[in-house]
Amino acid sequence: MSIPFIASFAWRDSRGSRGRMLLFISSMVLGVAALVSINSFGDNLEAAIDNEARTLLGADLSFESDDPFPAHIEALIDSIGGNQSRRTSFSSMAFFPARDKARLATVRAHEPGYPFYGSVVTEPAAAAETYLDRGGALVDGTLMNQFQVETGDSVRIGRQTYPILGRIVETPRESAAVGLFSPRIYIPMAGLDTTLTALGSRVEYEVYFQFPDGRDADVLRDSLRSTLREADIGSDTVREEQEGWSRALTNLYRFLGLVGFMSLLLGGLGVASSIHVYVKQRIPTVAVLRVYGASIATTVAVYLLQAIGMGIVGVVLGSIVGIALQTIVPVVLSDFLPVNVDFAVSWPAVLLGSGIGLGVTVLFTLLPLLRVRSVSPLDALRTGIDHERPLWRDPWWWTATGTAAAGLVLFALIQAPDWKVGLGYSGGLAAVFLILAALGKLLVMVLARLTPASLPYVVRQGIANLYRPNNQTLMMIFSLGLGTFLISTLLVSQHVLLDQMDVLGGGDQPNLIMYDIQPDQVESVQGILSGEGVPIMSSVPIVTMRLHGINNETIDAMREDTTRRLSWAHRREYRSTFRSTLTGSETLVEGTFRGTWDGEGTIPVSAEADVASELGVDIGDRLTWNVQGVMLDTEITSLREVDWQRLQTNFFFVFPEASLEGAPAFHVVMTRAEDDVQSARLQTAVVQAFPNVSSIDLALVIGVFDAIFSRISFVVRFMALFSILTGLIVLASAVVVSRFQRMQESVLLKTLGASRRVVLRIMAVEYIVLGFVSALTGILLALVAGWSLSHFVFEAGFVVRWIPLSILLGTVMLLTLVIGMVNSRGVYERGTMEVLRSEL
Amino acid sequence: MPVVLAVRDLTKTFKSGDRSLTVLDSVSFDLSEGDTFSIVGPSGSGKTTLLGLCAGLDGPTRGSVSLCGHNLGNMGEDERARVRNEHVGFVFQSFRLLPTLTALENVMVPAELRGRRGVSAQARNLLAEVGLEDRLGHYPSQLSGGEQQRVALARAFINEPDVLFADEPTGNLDTETGAHLEEIMFRLNRTAGTTLVLVTHDTELAGRTGRVLRLKGGRAVEDRADTLP
Repeated sequence: MSIPFIASFAWRDSRGSRGRMLLFISSMVLGVAALVSINSFGDNLEAAIDNEARTLLGADLSFESDDPFPAHIEALIDSIGGNQSRRTSFSSMAFFPARDKARLATVRAHEPGYPFYGSVVTEPAAAAETYLDRGGALVDGTLMNQFQVETGDSVRIGRQTYPILGRIVETPRESAAVGLFSPRIYIPMAGLDTTLTALGSRVEYEVYFQFPDGRDADVLRDSLRSTLREADIGSDTVREEQEGWSRALTNLYRFLGLVGFMSLLLGGLGVASSIHVYVKQRIPTVAVLRVYGASIATTVAVYLLQAIGMGIVGVVLGSIVGIALQTIVPVVLSDFLPVNVDFAVSWPAVLLGSGIGLGVTVLFTLLPLLRVRSVSPLDALRTGIDHERPLWRDPWWWTATGTAAAGLVLFALIQAPDWKVGLGYSGGLAAVFLILAALGKLLVMVLARLTPASLPYVVRQGIANLYRPNNQTLMMIFSLGLGTFLISTLLVSQHVLLDQMDVLGGGDQPNLIMYDIQPDQVESVQGILSGEGVPIMSSVPIVTMRLHGINNETIDAMREDTTRRLSWAHRREYRSTFRSTLTGSETLVEGTFRGTWDGEGTIPVSAEADVASELGVDIGDRLTWNVQGVMLDTEITSLREVDWQRLQTNFFFVFPEASLEGAPAFHVVMTRAEDDVQSARLQTAVVQAFPNVSSIDLALVIGVFDAIFSRISFVVRFMALFSILTGLIVLASAVVVSRFQRMQESVLLKTLGASRRVVLRIMAVEYIVLGFVSALTGILLALVAGWSLSHFVFEAGFVVRWIPLSILLGTVMLLTLVIGMVNSRGVYERGTMEVLRSEL
Repeated sequence: MPVVLAVRDLTKTFKSGDRSLTVLDSVSFDLSEGDTFSIVGPSGSGKTTLLGLCAGLDGPTRGSVSLCGHNLGNMGEDERARVRNEHVGFVFQSFRLLPTLTALENVMVPAELRGRRGVSAQARNLLAEVGLEDRLGHYPSQLSGGEQQRVALARAFINEPDVLFADEPTGNLDTETGAHLEEIMFRLNRTAGTTLVLVTHDTELAGRTGRVLRLKGGRAVEDRADTLP
């Protein structure tokens, strides 16, 4: 094997094809760019988190609790010393007098000092420094926009009214996205309406420490761990906060990396299919080389070198685009980030992206290059005879396929957050590709079989062209089909969820919930609602409690046992109710529901089946509850399934009547407002009369859903866009590669008497049908995926809105037609003799 | 004169399912250095198959081919390729120039495959000998059919082969161009002492060779050595 010959011949042989090769490789560029930009962003993000670690927590150490700190913990806090600052957070209605409107918000009442590191960024900037002294409020930008309030307006929290001094832009510990789901309002601790943190409300108490003496917060916290745990006090240090963010964000950018990897795979498939046709066109050249003594290895090496060269150009271009794209990623994701990420080129990320890009190129060109091995020197003598043997008979085919599969799984593992995701991703992608391929082939077959002979010739010929030798129909179905599949799945899921919202809000279902109503306020609240003419659909008492023990073993004792793993269900605060019957959203699955208790013996309770399984308990097991200091022994007598999808009060544990009446409770009242205006009026009326009462309406739920979905859909659209763009590039490559063949066909048709118009129409039919089959394949698969999601994940009725899907189908067909026709220009314009002569 | 090509009992059978088709049946002959030899016969008589087997482009079903002392039957694909590179030149009916290479580069390919360097001067000389000294940088698409075949001839001689195999070398050329090419081919053959093996339909061309083998249905029906070049 002569290396100089291979190098020089590979270069010379590429003459006249370099433009086409650039087109082939451009499908890789997008994928490499995505990988480089996302990984580079990830590296910069980690660096930013390291640099700004202390601002993530805003302090050296924090304690948090759902209850006011008990006396011995207060004493402990005192003894720790250092600089301290407290914060109390709770949900409450925020009422804006300027607009006469209210909505639920997260209120954070602060003492001076916090944050000790970093800062609360506000507009105007001075507001963050002065709001505590001036007794003002800082309000989340999203909330101010929603109610069109300005700095200078006021907000009422409970019975206290605060001037709005500024809008919150950035805060320690939280990304801006938090504001979308639960907008925040910062107020001074001094003057806080303490009725809002009264019994029943969910309140979080925090204390932040700063140690100017340089004490090690981790060592200190470790020494206090058991004391804190016994008192149910959570704690956090800079290191933990940093690790938590780092883990979460690494998962985020690695997930995005998988998106990039998918578009790289599609690009790889595109390159492979282009190379397949390219190699076929090179068979005469290879045959002549073989006649003149080139070994098999030499000829394979020539085209492998070309592929590597192409890959290098692709990864260089991809890296440049990726570095440019990287400036956009932090802007797009800024809402989700707790730190500011500066732009810097991460060379390890560029190397990794380039390495994976080049690897994928080589892996995907191995299979088509095997064709070179089977070229016989005899092919130089016998023109027009295709000696192609089935490649799978070649042991090298199996080696190359195995290498490619192993390589791809390896790259997926490198890119995935963990090996399970990597393997799952590889398997899932392989399944999607297989299903797309099978479905696509089936569609094309059905189309060809069922095309009536009575159809005009133009249509029949256009459909038949999907079968032409070297066709790229399958590749198009992969790429365009995958893109359409992603967008359609998104559309179908969105419709299923929106439809479910409609069901929730429709008919006789409640659409407004009011909670934190104290026992003495229930009647008045119901009076306000009745005054507005809306029905009281339910009024439920709620008692907060914690699980103290199971079958005479305390939760604390279980915690001591390091071999046991306690779940959220052991630790959470429960909000339970008492009533005599089951509601419409509950189904008894086991045991007997006992709605009353005669005061004798253990209290019978009904458990929700999933939480019972989480706790590892069943009928007959005994649970001891700590109901705000009073211990209650209960026995599980029934298990229920609960439809959590309904907008109504659902409970893990239901007590019988006459069991909890004496316990401190708050009430939840549900009603149905006619429209948004009435809902807003009701909320305002109740919050003005009872500032401690919070409410949530369906519009708010839908708003949060929209906020979440719009962010998820961005990522999915990003994936789909890459895949469709790749599909269109593959289409352009396919058309360019088969240009000569199309010219010959068009000349033949013209020779037989077809007009230019007929030739054009045949081509248009081919592209339209190709777009149709690809998009339909994606949509059909999306319907299956959508049904599975609605059935197994959303547990909602499956609905399909055909208009958006039809628009999508039409758009993909139109794009395919336009790209196909633009790249075919000139094919149908060449003179008959000109083409015939060029064949000689 | 030493024998450069010895063909013994050469048979080629193709199988298609249960059927087998013998396209060449027990053909034998010897050729010495400098011989000129043509294979003639109707279409489908096995001419091209015989040429391909003699040049080691394919393997026989039965029989043997010895080319310049190398028994091709014992060799693998790559070994036969090496023998071709060292001992064989080839001219095709459809020229088979590499479309992405200039005339000069096309001529240099066999030498470069052998790892030879600095062959440009030799290639230029060969192109001058075939009258194309002013077409060195032209691509095949910029050359006429006759010019392309002359480039192919120059390429065939770059490694100074012991045997030149030519498959219908004038088949795609008009009479005048074909005659001109024949002149060049026989001249180069005489100058280099190369053995010439031709497949042709052209009786006039066959008549210029020292020996004619006529095939019919895969069998040698006539082996005439009475014509002198």
